Amino acid sequence: MLLNVTNLYKSYAGPDGALPILQGIDMALERGETLALTGESGSGKSTLLHLVGGLDQPDSGVVEVDGVDIGALDDAGRAAVRRDKVGVVFQQFNLIPSLTVGSNIAFQARLAGRDDTVWIKKLAARMGLSNQMEKYPEQLSGGQQQRVAIARTLAAKPALVLADEPTGNLDEATADTVMDLMLDLVAETEAALLMVTHSERLAARMGRRLHLRAGRVA
Amino acid sequence: MTKAGLQALLSHWLRNPVQLFTLVVGLSLATALWSGVQAVNAEARASYDAAAETLGEGQFAQITATTGTIPQADYIKLRRAGWRVSPVVEGRLDGVRLIGIDALTSPGGIAPVGLNEGDLTVDMITSGILFATQDTLDQIEDYGVQTLPNPDVAPGVILTDVGTAQRLLDMDGMLSRLIVAPAQPVIQPPLADVVSGLSVRPPQGGSDVARLTDSFHLNLTAFGLLSFAVGIFIVHGAIGLAFEQRRPVIRTLRALGFPLGRLVGLIAVELLVISLIAGAIGVGLGYIVAAALLPDVAATISGLYGASVSGTLQLRPEWWLSGLLIAVGGTAMAAAASLWQLARMPLLASARPRAWAMQAGRGRLTQGALALGLLVTAMLLGWLGSGLAAGFGMLAALLIGAALALPVVLDRVLAFGASRAKSVMAEWFWADTRQQLPGLSLALMALLLAMAANVGVSTMVSSFRLTFTGFLDQRLASEFYVYADDAEQAAALRTYLEPRVDKVLPIQSADQGVRGLPSEIYGPTAHATYRDNWLFLNAAPDAWARIEAGEGAAINEQLARRADIAIGDEITLAGRQFAVLGIYGDYGNPIGQVIVTETTFETLFPNVSPLRFGLRMTPGDVPALAVELRDTFGLAEANMVNQAGIKAFSLDVFDRTFTVTGALNVLTLAVAGFAILMSLLTLATMRLPQLAPVWAQGLTRARLGRIEIIRAVLLALLTAALALPLGLALAWTLLAVVNVEAFGWRLPMFLFPLDYARLAVFAVVAAVLAALWPARKLARTRPADLLKVFSNER
Repeated sequence: MLLNVTNLYKSYAGPDGALPILQGIDMALERGETLALTGESGSGKSTLLHLVGGLDQPDSGVVEVDGVDIGALDDAGRAAVRRDKVGVVFQQFNLIPSLTVGSNIAFQARLAGRDDTVWIKKLAARMGLSNQMEKYPEQLSGGQQQRVAIARTLAAKPALVLADEPTGNLDEATADTVMDLMLDLVAETEAALLMVTHSERLAARMGRRLHLRAGRVA
Repeated sequence: MTKAGLQALLSHWLRNPVQLFTLVVGLSLATALWSGVQAVNAEARASYDAAAETLGEGQFAQITATTGTIPQADYIKLRRAGWRVSPVVEGRLDGVRLIGIDALTSPGGIAPVGLNEGDLTVDMITSGILFATQDTLDQIEDYGVQTLPNPDVAPGVILTDVGTAQRLLDMDGMLSRLIVAPAQPVIQPPLADVVSGLSVRPPQGGSDVARLTDSFHLNLTAFGLLSFAVGIFIVHGAIGLAFEQRRPVIRTLRALGFPLGRLVGLIAVELLVISLIAGAIGVGLGYIVAAALLPDVAATISGLYGASVSGTLQLRPEWWLSGLLIAVGGTAMAAAASLWQLARMPLLASARPRAWAMQAGRGRLTQGALALGLLVTAMLLGWLGSGLAAGFGMLAALLIGAALALPVVLDRVLAFGASRAKSVMAEWFWADTRQQLPGLSLALMALLLAMAANVGVSTMVSSFRLTFTGFLDQRLASEFYVYADDAEQAAALRTYLEPRVDKVLPIQSADQGVRGLPSEIYGPTAHATYRDNWLFLNAAPDAWARIEAGEGAAINEQLARRADIAIGDEITLAGRQFAVLGIYGDYGNPIGQVIVTETTFETLFPNVSPLRFGLRMTPGDVPALAVELRDTFGLAEANMVNQAGIKAFSLDVFDRTFTVTGALNVLTLAVAGFAILMSLLTLATMRLPQLAPVWAQGLTRARLGRIEIIRAVLLALLTAALALPLGLALAWTLLAVVNVEAFGWRLPMFLFPLDYARLAVFAVVAAVLAALWPARKLARTRPADLLKVFSNER
């Protein structure tokens, strides 16, 4: 099992005391599987994604990625998991503005020591970015920036791809193109994909769906 | 409406207290350093003025005797002959200078301020009271005479009436000198016809002490100005950032119908209030700086020039006023561009939270062109300009030009670093550092100026020290110096000493104008002491041999520059023409000096006989000879000077000078360090969107924090590398341009690599300390805060 989440709890401090976000989530994901995480705003989708990606720590429960309990790791250990096993695509793209498109795409792969230039060139070509490699993120459109973000994630060939509404900032046509590319490439790299989305249309294209309601699996 | 607008504007400071703190502290520190230095200068100058007024030295002619004292009977004879003179008795009482004056006959202006007013009436000075500052009074024993503390008397001086002074100094019936009132009867017998052995010394036309110490004060003022400039960079940065961050509020207020004029007015008033508060804090801090530095400054000036300066500080209203004015002026200067921009901002100008940083990047080309223009102007002024104004113009153009050039140069260096980077982290590090440059530029400019000021001033002071000690070696080549009280004793001393030492070198001089400038003519003996030790700045071939042969003269640099005399030109001494064969350095001497050989001097000035002698002898024999002379001739300690003692004293004086400049160096660097800290803290919040993705991709917060420190060190080192040539250029301008224009002599420049290396270490330490807090803050940023970057909450 690539991802195994057991009895996961998470709350944040609110003005009236602890605000429960996740309340006993259980889920699992195999390599090559795709899963849509849906639910109302505030249902805990992004929080679950952050916990699975080692970006945040649960109050209790276990998150195992590729057999590693990331809740038991220290900061450096979680950083290593993020670097080596997980790739995250954000809604806001979150590219590094000081680096060129080419450097942005190669960034995580080089961090993880998996800098495969042939694969990166292929990815860039598939994403239609071959002519944009020397440009800076601010010189690209929103759709192009999101394609760079996806390419960056897949360049490192992570076992688990996490995507937080990756097409939320894009128009429908661009969103479809980006989604097609992402699904193709995930399949090509045999990675698992966990995607948060509000879109029924996009959720329908995923292998499975997990619906959250008030921090619980509905 | 105004109230609502004000509330909206002020809410920015409540949300950004660190920014307000930066603004207030930056302005306070700038004002503190400036007003502190001004306070030290003002206090020292007030002390000279009090001294000059007490002694009447600057304003009035004086009658002195060749024997050193004037019999009181001679004074009475002069008064009866119609000479309007006033007696002065002067001597040392427990090491303090005691001066007795006759308040009834003394011309107005020689008593200290206040003696003719209120309770300090003329009657009181005739009744045997000792007037002095409390500090001075504390230094003397109880002589059974009434004392009265008076802060207006010069420091280190006790003032009393002639009779009391004569009694305390054991000088009954004797006077030290007579002050000549400016208004004298039209018909008056010549002095020599009334009494013999007296001569009139004309008024000195201003205090020599003030003139001599001007160099020191000029340096301090320049330092104060640079420190202020460093502080103003902080203020400029804080105001610029506040304007950018308030753009959305300003846009909204205008969209809601708030008039632009009133908006600009409100912001101006807001800045005025902030600058007045910061200015008041700054003057208070400046007082503390001055109070801490003044004892060292007083000791330095006293040691260097023999001028007494009060070691305590008085609060003077003009400091408050000037401190507040400079704070308001500095704020106005720093805010002018932002206010202008605001007044011209289109209503729909978009809110750009990072516009402040980005705009700096876009304007880099213009900035580079401006910097180049200023640096070329500085070079042209150095090459073609003349006068003190050109010197200061060159300094200003050089410093501002270099500060403006800094971001452009750093950008190019960082771009080069990025192009050579091999690893992904190195690539990101260089690129990210380059991106941060606009936000850090002002702080780095402040650091550049602070370091350049340090390099410049320490090079100048250290060069001064080396030159002056070398100069002492040259001038004090003899191992021992003796001073006779009169011609008779001088002759006896010479006869006694000649068989006992290797060589007796008489020192004799006469005052004479050279090309209309007051000068001293010296006639040293032809001896290897002078040939080997006196080094010329410029000389004709075989200069010493020809001077010793009576073919010409050597002159000091001051005379050469002021009278525009070059090697080979001729000067007239006592009606005879002499070719100038050598020009020598004569540091600190305000007037001209000429050297001819002893035999020539004796023909020119047959009536002058030497009272001073330099003795060449084995240094170890000096103490025994001193005891012998005291026993045989009754020579006082003051009449015998051991060369080693003078040199040790001089070095001590310079070490005190270093204490003052060293303290100012540290303060200026601290201000620059503060600028970096505040910039990094401000950027820390703005940088989260740039750092969060890197963190998300597998870097720990701790590592990001460490990288922030490395970045600060790199930028500090690069700035230090640029500050070194700038500082040396500053030192060269001060030594070769400003000093020459202001004082007539040029100091040679020496380099002190170890000092510069130490300064670079200090700068790096300051940068590390400044980066430590933001780095620690970053390392401890909660993941939840980093995650906000990825959510819609931002």
